[in-house]
Amino acid sequence: MKTTDIVIVGGGPAGLTAAISAASSGAEVTIFERSPQIGGQLIKQTHMFFGSEKQYASHRGFRIADYLLDELNKYKDKVKIYKNATVLGIYEDGVITVDLDGEYIKMLPKRIIVATGANEKIIPFPGNDLPGVYGAGAVQTLMNVYGVKPADKVLMVGAGNIGLIVSYQLMQAGVEVAAIITDLFITGYHVHASKIARMGVPILSGYTVKEIVGEEQVEKAIIAKIDKQWNIIEGTDIEYDVDAVCLSVGLSPLVELLGQANCELRFISELGGYVPIRNLDYRTTNENIFVAGDITGIEEASSAMVEGYIAGLTAAKDIACIHDDYENKISDYRNQLDGLRSGPHSGRLRQGIEKLMGGNK
Amino acid sequence: MFDYNGVPSKEMVSSVFPSEERINKGPVAVIECYKEIPCNPCATSCKVGAIKPFDDINDLPDINHEACTGCSVCVSACPGLAIMVIDGSKSDESIVFRIPYEFSPLPQENEIVDGLDRFGKKICEVIVLRVQNLPYQDKTPIIHVEVAREFLYDFRNIKVVK
Ligand SMILES: Cc1cc2nc3c(=O)[nH]c(=O)nc-3n(C[C@H](O)[C@H](O)[C@H](O)COP(=O)(O)OP(=O)(O)OC[C@H]3O[C@@H](n4cnc5c(N)ncnc54)[C@H](O)[C@@H]3O)c2cc1C
Repeated sequence: MKTTDIVIVGGGPAGLTAAISAASSGAEVTIFERSPQIGGQLIKQTHMFFGSEKQYASHRGFRIADYLLDELNKYKDKVKIYKNATVLGIYEDGVITVDLDGEYIKMLPKRIIVATGANEKIIPFPGNDLPGVYGAGAVQTLMNVYGVKPADKVLMVGAGNIGLIVSYQLMQAGVEVAAIITDLFITGYHVHASKIARMGVPILSGYTVKEIVGEEQVEKAIIAKIDKQWNIIEGTDIEYDVDAVCLSVGLSPLVELLGQANCELRFISELGGYVPIRNLDYRTTNENIFVAGDITGIEEASSAMVEGYIAGLTAAKDIACIHDDYENKISDYRNQLDGLRSGPHSGRLRQGIEKLMGGNK
Repeated sequence: MFDYNGVPSKEMVSSVFPSEERINKGPVAVIECYKEIPCNPCATSCKVGAIKPFDDINDLPDINHEACTGCSVCVSACPGLAIMVIDGSKSDESIVFRIPYEFSPLPQENEIVDGLDRFGKKICEVIVLRVQNLPYQDKTPIIHVEVAREFLYDFRNIKVVK
C-alpha cells in the first residue's frame, strides 16, 4: 500500500499552512483536495481580508491562496498535491480511502491532519426548497469562481460577515440587494455593515423569513418581525419581489471523517456544532489525527492559517521531523491565536473554546 | 441603532472627525472604525506614523490628525473601507473628499454624480475631480469629489448616475 509521512485532508488555508509547516520540518506531505482548485474558501474571496498583516490582511482573499502555494512550492520535492481528490474514509487501522478523479485509492500515512472546513447551515421556512433559495457560499462561488450572475434581485438572510460581504459582492456584480435581514442584530463587523448601508441597502434587525412564494422558482419573499420568543408578529409583513433568497445563517464544522475515525466530538453551539476534542497541539483523541481551521470551530482564515501552522509542526514532530525553530514558532503561533481571539468581537468564540478545553486554550 | 442598521449616529461621526481648523489646513484622514475587531492594516500601512502602531490587534485606530499628511495610503488599505480623506483648504464653500469606491463603471473626471449620506440617501450632487486607480491600491480606487461644505458631516458615498 502507498504510504507517506503526513496526509492533509483539505487544501484550504489551514491545510496549506499545515503543509508548509510539516514540509519545512522535513516531513513528506500529501494534500488531498476535493475541488478542482486549491485554496478552499479563499478562491472566491474577492474582498480585502481583515486581520493581521502577518496573515496577509488587506490583501484580497484569492491572492492569499497563491501566496501560500508559492511558499509551499519551496518544498516541492517533499509535497504532493492532488486535486479532484475526495477523502472518503479514515479507518481504524489508519488507512484512508480516496476518490482520485474517479479512481479509488488507499493510503497508509503515519499521521493525518484533517482540515476540511465547514458546511453552510440552512433554516426552515415555507418555500425554502424552491429554486433560487441559495446558500451565500453557493452564490459567491457562482459569481466569483465561475462568473455567473446568480439572480437580478436578492434578499439576504443573515448579517454576519458572510452575509454582509456576499451582499457587497452581489452589488459589485450588478445584482440588486433588496435588504439584509437578521433575527437579532448585526453580528458581522460594523465596517462591512456601514459600507452596505451607505449604498442604500437597508439592514433590518428583528426580522425573519415568513414565506417564499413562487411557482417554478422564487418570485417573492415575505419577511416579518419576530418577538422575543421568535414568534412572528402579525401585521408586520414586508414583501419583496426578488428572484433569489440567499441564506447566510452560519456554518457547521465538517467533522464526518473524524467521527468515522473515532475522534471524540462534542456539540458546542458557540463553535458551530460538533467539533473535535483536541489539545493545544491540535491533536484529537485519536493520537494519529490532528485538526486545523474551521473544522475546530468556525472562525476566520487568519486563525485557520495559524492553527494549520501549529498542526503541521506538531504532527511532524511526532514522526521525528522537528523544525529547527520549533519552540519559538509554536509559542509565537499560540500568542497570535490568543491575540486574534482576545477582542470584544470574539466573546462567543472564547466561551466555546473554554467549554471545549476547560482551562487549556 | 448602529448595531441594528449599521449606520453610525451623528455623535459617533463627529467624534472621529478632526477639528475644522485642521480640516482647513489640508488633507487629513477620517477613520470610521467604531468597534474593536482583530484588524490592523491602517496602522501598518501608515508611512508617517500618524496612526499609532497597535499594542493589541483588536485596538481601535488612534490617529494623530496633526501628524497625518492626508497621503491616502490607508484609504485603500483598510479592508472595511472605513477611511476617507477630507480637505477644506481649497475653498471656503466646499470640501474635497477622497473616498474609496469599488464599483464599475468608475465615474469620469468632471462628471456630476449623486452625493449620498450614510443611509445611502441622495443629499446633493458633487463633481468628480480625480479618479485615482494605481496598482498599489489593488482595485480599491479613490475618487476625489468636491462637496458643498454644509454636507461635511453627512456626505459619505457617491452614486454614478447612468
Ligand atoms: C464570504 C466570506 C468572507 C470571509 N472573509 C474573511 C476575511 O475577510 N478574513 C478572514 O480571515 N476570514 C474570512 N473568511 C473565513 C475564511 O474563509 C475561513 O475561515 C477559512 O477559509 C477556513 O479555512 P479552512 O482551511 O479551515 O477551510 P476551507 O477554506 O473551507 O477549506 C477546506 C477545504 O477542504 C476541502 N475538503 C472538504 N472535505 C474534503 C474531503 N473529504 N476530501 C478532500 N478535501 C475536502 C474543501 O473542498 C476545501 O477546499 C470568510 C469566509 C467567507 C465565506
